[in-house]
Formats: sequence, C-alpha cells, structure tokens
Amino acid sequence: MAESYRRSHWKNGLFVLPYLSVFVVLLVFPLAWGVWLSLHKVDLFGPGRFVGLNNYVRVLADPVFLQALRNSVVFVAFSVPTLVVLGLFLALALNRTTRATSFFRGLFFSSSVLSVTIVTLIWRFVFIPGDGLMAVLFEQVGLPPIGFLSTSGWSLFSVGVATVWWCLGLPMMLFLAALQQIPSDLYEAAALDNASPLRVLTRITLPSIARTIMLVAIIQIVMQFQLFGQAQLMTNGGPNGTSRPLVMYIYEVGFVRWDVGKAAAASEILFLIILCAAMAQYVIATRKPEASE
Amino acid sequence: MSASIEITNVTKRYGALTVLSDISLAISAGEFIVFLGPSGCGKSTLLRMIAGLEDVTEGTISVDGVRVDTLPPGKRGVAMVFQSYALYPHMTVAQNMSFGLENIGVAKAEIEKRVRFAADTLEIAHLLDRKPQKLSGGQRQRVAIGRAIVKEPKAFLFDEPLSNLDAALRGRTRLELAQLHGRLGSTMVFVTHDQVEAMTLADRIVIMQDRRIEQIGTPMEVYRRPATRFVAAFVGSPAMNFIPIRDAVMNGDRLSIDTAGLGTVSVPLHLPPGFSPEGAELGIRAEDVSVAAAGAPGIALTAEVIERLGDRTLIYGHLEDGTKMTVEADGRNATRPGDRLTIVLDTSALHLFDKTGAAHHPEGD
Repeated sequence: MAESYRRSHWKNGLFVLPYLSVFVVLLVFPLAWGVWLSLHKVDLFGPGRFVGLNNYVRVLADPVFLQALRNSVVFVAFSVPTLVVLGLFLALALNRTTRATSFFRGLFFSSSVLSVTIVTLIWRFVFIPGDGLMAVLFEQVGLPPIGFLSTSGWSLFSVGVATVWWCLGLPMMLFLAALQQIPSDLYEAAALDNASPLRVLTRITLPSIARTIMLVAIIQIVMQFQLFGQAQLMTNGGPNGTSRPLVMYIYEVGFVRWDVGKAAAASEILFLIILCAAMAQYVIATRKPEASE
Repeated sequence: MSASIEITNVTKRYGALTVLSDISLAISAGEFIVFLGPSGCGKSTLLRMIAGLEDVTEGTISVDGVRVDTLPPGKRGVAMVFQSYALYPHMTVAQNMSFGLENIGVAKAEIEKRVRFAADTLEIAHLLDRKPQKLSGGQRQRVAIGRAIVKEPKAFLFDEPLSNLDAALRGRTRLELAQLHGRLGSTMVFVTHDQVEAMTLADRIVIMQDRRIEQIGTPMEVYRRPATRFVAAFVGSPAMNFIPIRDAVMNGDRLSIDTAGLGTVSVPLHLPPGFSPEGAELGIRAEDVSVAAAGAPGIALTAEVIERLGDRTLIYGHLEDGTKMTVEADGRNATRPGDRLTIVLDTSALHLFDKTGAAHHPEGD
C-alpha cells in the first residue's frame, strides 16, 4: 500500500497539471513579467534596459497619474457605499418569496449579465446631450441642461451611475443569500418581544449579516478600482482627465504612448492597492464567528 | 401574572388545506396544559396561533376575557420558549433577556431587577455577560426560559422546549419546569410529542390527532379512561393491546364478549346503545395482563421478544389465533423467546372500543 502510494506519487501531479499550467502561464508568468517590465525601460520593439525604480519615480511624479489615482479613489469612495446600501435595501425589500419578488430579483440581476458595451450604450442614451433622456427631461421641466458626460465632476458621476446600475446584482444576491440564512424564529421571538421594525433591523438583521456586508464592500472595492470600460466608452476619461481612472491611465501609457515600463510600474501600484483590499477580505472571511463583533 | 385562555371554534386553513378544525378549549388561570400528539397533528400550530405567529382563519382566542387573535404577538401578554430557543446570537444573555423590556420602555432599574431575579431563579447569573454560542444546550434553554420570565407574561407558551436536550438533561429540566410552575403559578401551555413530558408536567393534557382534539383530561384520566382508541394507543408505553371481538351480549349486569384470541370474557360493562360488534375491539394495558403460574387456568401466549427493563419485564407475544399481545411481568421473570405462558387479564381494566374508535369503560374505575 505504502509502496504503491510512493510509486504513483508523481502521477498524482498529472491531475493538477491542467490547472497548474493555466495558472502559471496566465497568472504567475504575467505577474513576474509585469514586475520585470516595471524595472526596465521597454518599448515592446527591442530588449529592455534595466532602470531600477526609475519607472516608479516617474509614475509617482506624473500629475496625470496622481489625477487618475485621485479619480479612482473618489470613484471607489462613492460607488462602493452606494452599491452596499442600495444592494442591501433591494435585498431587504425582496427577501420574501412571492412571484413579484422573484421577478424583481431577476430584473435587478439582469443588468449584471450585460457586457460593458451594452451598459455604456444604454447610459449614453440617458446622458447624451440634446436627445438623451436626461436632456429631454431637463427641457420638459425647464431646467438648463447639464453636460453629464462633458462637465468636470458630472462625467465621473455619470460613469458611477452606470457602474452602480451594472454591478448592483451581485451585492443584492449576496445580501439575499445572507438574509435567508437568518433563522425565522429570531424574527418571531422579536415579534413577541415587541421589537419595532427599526430595532429588528439594527439589532437582529444587520448584526446577522455583518460579515456579508464587509465581504460585499471589499469585493466591490477590488472591482471598482479596476474601472475602465465604462469610463473609456462614456467619457473617454474627459473632460481634462477628470473621469480618467487608473486602469485607463495604464492603458494610455502602455498602449497609446508605448511606455510599457512606466505602465507596468503603475500597474504594480494598482496591484498593491487591490492586494491590500483582497488581504483584508481574506482576513475577514476566515475570521471565526466569535471574533466577528 | 396568570391568566385564563379561551379558544373558541378555532379553525386554521392554509389555502385548501385545513390543519386545525373547529378547536375549542378553555384553559384556567395558573393551569399547566400540555398539547400532546403525533407530528403534524396541529399542536404547534395551535400554540403559535395563541402566540400570534399564525393567523386564525376562523374563531377567536381570548386571554383573560380580552380577545387577542387580532392583536400583534407582542401585545398579547404571552411569552414563548422556542424549540430552537431562538436566542439573539449577537446579544449577551443579559441583553437577550432585557431586549423585550427595552422595547416597551421599562425603566432600566426595573429591567435590571427582573433580569437579576430570573437569572437567580434559573441559576444563570454567572452567564449574563456571555453570548449564546458560548453556552451549552441546557444553558441556552434556561436563558430562553429566563427571557420569558422577565416579561412577567400572563401565560408561558413552550414549543417542544426539551426536544433538543439529551435524555438526562431533559429529565432534570422537566422537573425544574414543574418546580418553576409551582413557584410562579403562571398559566403554561406546553407542546410536546413526548407522553412522559405530558404525563409528568400537565394539570390537564389535550390530546390532538388529525386536526382535532381527541381528549382533554388529567394525565390519569387520559391514561385510565381514554376517550378514543387513538388516545388509548398513543398514551402509555408499551402501547395498549387491542383484541378484535366477534360478538357481545348482556349476561346479567355484565357484558359477555366473544373474541377469537381470548375466548369469551365477561366485563363489568353495559352494552352501549346502538353498539355493533363489527369492527369493535377490546383494549387492555400490558400492566393489566399478568403471567399465571404454570398449569393455572388462563389464556395461552407464545413469547416472541423479551425486553428486560430491570424493574419489570415486557413480554411481546401472540395468542393462539395470532393476535399480538404485550404482557408486563416482574423484573425477575425468566421467560425466554418461544416459551408458552399462561396469562390472566384483569377484566375490570378492559376497555371496549366501537368501530368509530369511541371508548366504553367499566364502571367505577
């Protein structure tokens, strides 16, 4: 038994090989290559030249990068709480089994399956000046039109609205799953205890799903730092870079200006930011229930 | 702090499905009432209707003469102990107990006093700062009871509160519940499918089966004079023996009953009016059947399975015609499977059940 186990030992590796090869080729290698690139002056047409941390210095000194970083942070700071609060609100409203709630659950989740192209197309119809939905509405009520996609401030806001609409399904579903884990007899006990709806929410429901709230927040932080498609397609980062997120900066530096080393350095910085959020998620997700309060 | 509960013509339907049909029951103040019945008989539903967790389809429920079935659960003045205890997992024991009082604006000092009293009564004062997940099953149970006590309710409702405890703890908690009832003197309504709990705790047992109340009576009434064949079969362990009968005729002031298994037995019973022997059965408990000395006159029984319980021995066997019969014998009885025994019945303890299941008992028992 032990002998045959030892003999077949290396063969066991075959079972892991398919995944391992994908993992190495698509994750480990690009990760290492990205770090290598960020330490070299590269333009994709010739061999790179080692420049140490020079790319990082250039990135951090670049006002366009700092603006993009600020945009991304602002975007995350507003979109994530909105997603959490709205997702929770929808989940609370739809946490019962009737035909109508099943329909609405499906409806609110359906936007999540659309591609970013469709999403931005839809929201361009809403925000575009002249014939857009908002423009028409503003005209109807006699308000001066707002350039939702072309005004500094409003452009990032518009991207945020489209993003929240697009991403809301997942938080709602996660919250619904968590809500359904709460035993119904807790609510019955609360009813016998004369608890008001607000007390039930704050003393029973929210504490019971606290871990899911944290989880959703962190997943969304990781996701929203990677904002790119919506901004690219709706505002192209404008006006004046006020809606240009980090990933778009990386894209422009790397694939428009071909400064691949600098783009790689910016990517590593974004990677570090997301890594911190992911680590926080890991720590919270693996924490024992007793320690969760 | 104890109140009467009046349940009048209560029916519960879920769509086309009727789960309780025309239930009427009066519970006096301070009484310990047990709803006993098999799973799905509607006993928990009835309790939850008193609590207000289920709507009443038809009929009314009153507490102390005040109709409550239209009030929300919290306004009925009752407290409930759930089978799962339903403690709030994010609150400490003390917070669990004070939550209901805080909700109705009881003064802090008063809350503290009541929590302290309940904790002392239940010997859980040292657990007040713990969270439920740090407690054992028995401790959680006490907290759940404590949460009910602090409310000083008009009535306590218990939904199978002992079923999650191990056997030893269940026995001890049963005893403590009986003591608690003695001390508080409150009306208590207790749901269980365990007849030992029902027999030991109840002032009166309400036996339920198939959406209806089969019998309401003291434990001994229910045991000694079961109203129906179902009650006779459900209450008591081992279950009552049933022997099909062929004919019954009055013979003087005794009823002479002809059976396949026992031959003819004479029972001190009057033939009920309109009685038909068809489908009727005789019932007798194992303890009312005894093993006679070898060679004595009696009925032959072949033993099949022997259960030795220490203080007594249960002999499961069959009569000559194949009718199953359980006999309770002395703990030192040495019968072995396959043995042929002679048994004697205490005819004054025989019960007659007609085709509808209604029972007729000998006089004067």
